Amino acid sequence: MSTAIAPPAIPAATELKVVKDATCTFCGCVCDDMELTVEGNTITKAKNACVLGKAWFLNHHAEERPVATIEGQPATFEQAVERAAQILTNATFPITYGLSDTTCEAQRVAVAISDWIGGTVDTTTSVCHGPSGMAFQGVGEVTCTLGEVKNRADFIIFWGGNPAESHPRHFTKYSLMPKGEFLPNGRKDRTAVLIDVRKTKSARAADIFLQIKPRSDFELAWAMRGIAAGVEIDPDIEKVTGISLDVLKDVVAQMKQAKFGVILFGMGLTMTRGKHINSEAVLALARDMNKYTRFTAKPMRGHGNVTGADNVVTWQTGYPFGVNLNRGYPRFNPGEFTTSDVLARGEADAAMIIASDPMSNFSQPARDHLRSIPSVVLDPKLSDTAKVATVAFTTSVYGINTPGTVYRMDDVPISLRPAFDSPYPSDLEVLKAIEKRVKEILQARS
Amino acid sequence: MPEQFILIPGRTSRQGTSLNEGKSTAEYQNEIGTLQVCVEDMQRLGLTEGDRVRLWNDVGDVTVPCKPAPRDELPAGLLFISYGDISSRLMGGETHCSGMPDSKGIDVYLEKVS
Ligand code: SF4
Repeated sequence: MSTAIAPPAIPAATELKVVKDATCTFCGCVCDDMELTVEGNTITKAKNACVLGKAWFLNHHAEERPVATIEGQPATFEQAVERAAQILTNATFPITYGLSDTTCEAQRVAVAISDWIGGTVDTTTSVCHGPSGMAFQGVGEVTCTLGEVKNRADFIIFWGGNPAESHPRHFTKYSLMPKGEFLPNGRKDRTAVLIDVRKTKSARAADIFLQIKPRSDFELAWAMRGIAAGVEIDPDIEKVTGISLDVLKDVVAQMKQAKFGVILFGMGLTMTRGKHINSEAVLALARDMNKYTRFTAKPMRGHGNVTGADNVVTWQTGYPFGVNLNRGYPRFNPGEFTTSDVLARGEADAAMIIASDPMSNFSQPARDHLRSIPSVVLDPKLSDTAKVATVAFTTSVYGINTPGTVYRMDDVPISLRPAFDSPYPSDLEVLKAIEKRVKEILQARS
Repeated sequence: MPEQFILIPGRTSRQGTSLNEGKSTAEYQNEIGTLQVCVEDMQRLGLTEGDRVRLWNDVGDVTVPCKPAPRDELPAGLLFISYGDISSRLMGGETHCSGMPDSKGIDVYLEKVS
């Protein structure tokens, strides 16, 4: 690794190449059918990408930043690794956070470091579908892949999400529009329902739109479970949810008649009061429907590899997020070991943030505390979090510069095919170097 | 007189595209810093596009320009803002043992800034 302090020289590549079957990691759809035209160090065309994917690929410019900074001053990679390892090994309650925009290979090493230092490891899942993760443990998940949705789902409910804007290719590539093995006419063979508090752009794509009152998702799902089970429901449900009993009965009847139903639910459920019990109600509804037909439920995941983060943290610790390793064995407790809480309560005394920007989207008390403790930040961009970092590494971009594995939102692993090399190290390289030094320091102390 | 509303922060495609150009760009800042109000509420409160409104609750206090929500996207009583720094200032640290702060469906007061 370079020992230079100045920004690494960007190789003057001028060749023109086309990278086929590249993968977009901007959202959880992880579309792996991109055709990228690469001219030197710029992607000039991204065929098949949606508006978000195009913005992701075409705006990728190599930063002119040092490979690392310590307290805002340029530093060598080795100096930065040393300082990072010192911060992490000297802390009593260090927390590792982020990880949803990096490869599974890097996530593994981040979990390993957290284990070596007896820290807490948490991912952006905790402020995304963490409540759904808790709900899976409560009621289970009747699951399926997006391939099954494409080939079989004739009744699709989108609940608390706006895929038209957040996952623009979901409708066309996976859910509503494609012709499938058992749905030869594509969209015509499917019925789509949207349940949301706002009549978003996604409403135009739905056959049935249920505009519910804010914070009434749980009541709506519970009433639907009751209707499905033949329980008499008070017509006052309309006052609570904004949806009449007759409309609800009709939707439930259609769900029962479906050959293969799926509920694809978003953060309208998990971020709203009720949180995990909202997700539980929807998962339980999908589970109940299996008395009558085949019905599944999947969360719509946001970041490119947030699903990989859940998988990696689970296979390494047994739990998906919010895991404390301080006692030498993993403990899972959302609210206690989740980053938003740990920071807002002022508990962590050091932080390592990988590919995430909590300084721009956490609560004010959490931001204030993060600013006050030593932190190690890995990010391709000079994010608000990188700006307050004690040690900041500039890293290459996964999927564009770095190969590896990511998980699509339906837990299907997908390989990355990078477009061109970066002068900056990958998250994996930085984390491996930190892990090596952490182990040396701990060994010398024992 | 301030009025009580429910604020829904959420993703938009403009937020997603401008994010890739950089969080410091005028377009991103404009997207995450403009409040959408339904046409009915705009008229009732005597608001026109670009007017500045103050939003606050027991956690934070922000002043932002407002604009009418597209078509019939919002019902009366609901506000929308693109998820980001501004919306997070109105979000508390309490997660009710879930790890997730109340990030959508936030109670806020709104008044026009004269
Ligand atoms: S839908 Fe998501 S993964 Fe697919 S191209 Fe668009 S941003 Fe990329």
